[in-house]
Amino acid sequence: MGSTPVIEAVALGKVYATGDTPVVALADVTLQVHPGEFVAVVGASGSGKSTFMNLIGLLDRPTSGLLRLDGVDVAQLNPNQRASVRNHKVGFVFQGFNLLRRTSALENVELPLLYAGIPASARTAAATRALQQVGLGERLGHMPNQLSGGQQQRVAIARALVNQPALLLADEPTGNLDSTTTREILKLFVDLNVNHGITVVMVTHESDVAAVSRRVVQFKDGRVVLDGPPPAEWTPSIDVPWHTPSQAVVA
Amino acid sequence: MSLFTLLRLAFRVIGRNKARAALTVLGIVIGVAAVIAMVALGTGAQQNIASQIAALGSNLIIIIPGTTNVAGVRGGGGSSTTVDVEDIDALRREVKTISQIAPANRQQVQIVAGDANWGTQVQGTTPGFYSVRDWHTDQGTTHSDQDEASQNKVCVLGRTVATELFGREDPIDKWVRIKKVPFRVIGVLSSKGQSPMGSDQDDTVIIPFSVYRARMAGTQRDQIQSAYAAAIDANSAQAAVDDMTAVLRQRHHLRESADDDFSIRNLADIAAASREVSESMTLLLGSIAGVSLLVGGIGIMNTMLVSVTERTREIGIRMAVGAKARDILIQFLVEAVVLSAIGGAVGVFFGWLAARLLSDATGWVTIFDPSIAALAFAVSGAVGVFFGFWPARRAAQLDPIDALRYE
Ligand SMILES: Nc1ncnc2c1ncn2[C@@H]1O[C@H](COP(=O)(O)OP(=O)(O)OP(=O)(O)O)[C@@H](O)[C@H]1O
Ligand SMILES: [Mg+2]
Repeated sequence: MGSTPVIEAVALGKVYATGDTPVVALADVTLQVHPGEFVAVVGASGSGKSTFMNLIGLLDRPTSGLLRLDGVDVAQLNPNQRASVRNHKVGFVFQGFNLLRRTSALENVELPLLYAGIPASARTAAATRALQQVGLGERLGHMPNQLSGGQQQRVAIARALVNQPALLLADEPTGNLDSTTTREILKLFVDLNVNHGITVVMVTHESDVAAVSRRVVQFKDGRVVLDGPPPAEWTPSIDVPWHTPSQAVVA
Repeated sequence: MSLFTLLRLAFRVIGRNKARAALTVLGIVIGVAAVIAMVALGTGAQQNIASQIAALGSNLIIIIPGTTNVAGVRGGGGSSTTVDVEDIDALRREVKTISQIAPANRQQVQIVAGDANWGTQVQGTTPGFYSVRDWHTDQGTTHSDQDEASQNKVCVLGRTVATELFGREDPIDKWVRIKKVPFRVIGVLSSKGQSPMGSDQDDTVIIPFSVYRARMAGTQRDQIQSAYAAAIDANSAQAAVDDMTAVLRQRHHLRESADDDFSIRNLADIAAASREVSESMTLLLGSIAGVSLLVGGIGIMNTMLVSVTERTREIGIRMAVGAKARDILIQFLVEAVVLSAIGGAVGVFFGWLAARLLSDATGWVTIFDPSIAALAFAVSGAVGVFFGFWPARRAAQLDPIDALRYE
């Protein structure tokens, strides 16, 4: 692939200086993610997956190494430019949903558009479309506490997608969801990746979720220990175009 | 973000915790209400004084013996004896910038009419008094030069005295006794209401100056307690004061360096004195307003700090989806301003209400000044900006990941 990598990490490191012994959450991570890839990030709890996602989502800053997004060294960006990248380029789906309480699904999804300076009517139209896309066209006015966990996560996904980012980052998007809902959300990600060309990086604990991807990156103690296609013995939980149908679950 | 969106958001957040918002703005409400009510009272009182000063008569100049301070026609009790009848005659003769001058001596007396009995003030003065004070009779006539010359025992009643002694009866040509001397009532003065100093100007009886000297003054026959003069026109008021001062100084043989042993004030001086009083009143009001707005502002700051802490995660989420520090700053600033402006608006309303209730209950004149209300409202908004800025900046300076992780 000759194109500029969406993500390029070179010897990326993150050390937390909390307490008397510093915690090395991420050490010497070097990897590239190219446009159109679908990457699963796996690893034991505490291996640094979230730390890595927060860095590439520009929510946090590395303590060492280099990070480029679309070829731009993010260390050179000022806080406003970082906010703008979060707003326009990256859609972030959190494990814990992170929706605004007492704020309707529609308004939650409108949030990125609000900060993009989109006028109200266009905002509502785009947010409605995004919610329809995730199958919540009937739930626009619902508050987060009136929605199921899966529905809340879909609102969060709609919010991540509404500004049409090139990169979707999802930190355990299905961690709290049952298998049916998990499959729905995975189908959505695959659709976004295949039909809309969005690069997806997704953290997961489950092998059948990771197996949906085309590339698995495994973290251990803050380092990348494995980087390649999903192992053949992992069974993807949904049909995906890049696997033979025989590998799919026969329900 | 548009202002409309910001305002809607602010109102929604405030609406979620109405009790807290109400307690937060209480300081501002009380401060603004107090200022509005007191300014309404103060303006009313000031206008009252202004109209009463005008009622004293046009081009009026007051001469009082003894030295008095600037603020004080108040010293005119007649305790000093430095101006006498001949001084007044000299002024009448020599000062061309006055058209009239009338001495006025007075004392408290009991006035009796049949069974009725009333304590009042008797004033001995010359007929010029009526024109100088611009004071005329409703019934009957005022006394004449002829009455002065013949020392006729006639009197003109103030409205209050007429009512107290005669009720609804016509007092004209009735007899009253003052210090056992019988007087025939020849007129009743029109009502002047309260004086600038708050006394009832209608509670008086006027008799010829010559009669007063002969029958009321005792040993102080030649002393003058006060005199009223009229400048020939409004523009000559100051010249008249200067001319009279020169004449009196010369007659009293005052050296260049000596202070006047009398005081002569024109209406402008009196108006200035009352303005001075109302200015210090304004200063007092201003400091009350300042203190209460300060306390109210600190209340708002406190609430906003609590709110920022409580909503740390919300701030993190907003930043994660692209809010810039400035967006967060403005959001919280608008919230603080909306809070304090609500306080200001409610305060203006309660201030207006308090002024109205007060004037209904006491009869004091209150004047609600919309520009003061607008000012108070604007100041309360500014308090929101000032005291909301620090909490808002704290919110804006949060790190996205720290804010998101905040428990
Ligand atoms: N704010 C922090 N302060 C100190 N240490 C931290 C902080 N955040 C993470 N860590 C440490 O960094 C390491 C990596 O954490 P991270 O959250 O990236 O793990 P993870 O792979 O996402 O785990 P999980 O699968 O449980 O979500 C852990 O040892 C964790 O204790
Ligand atoms: Mg994690």
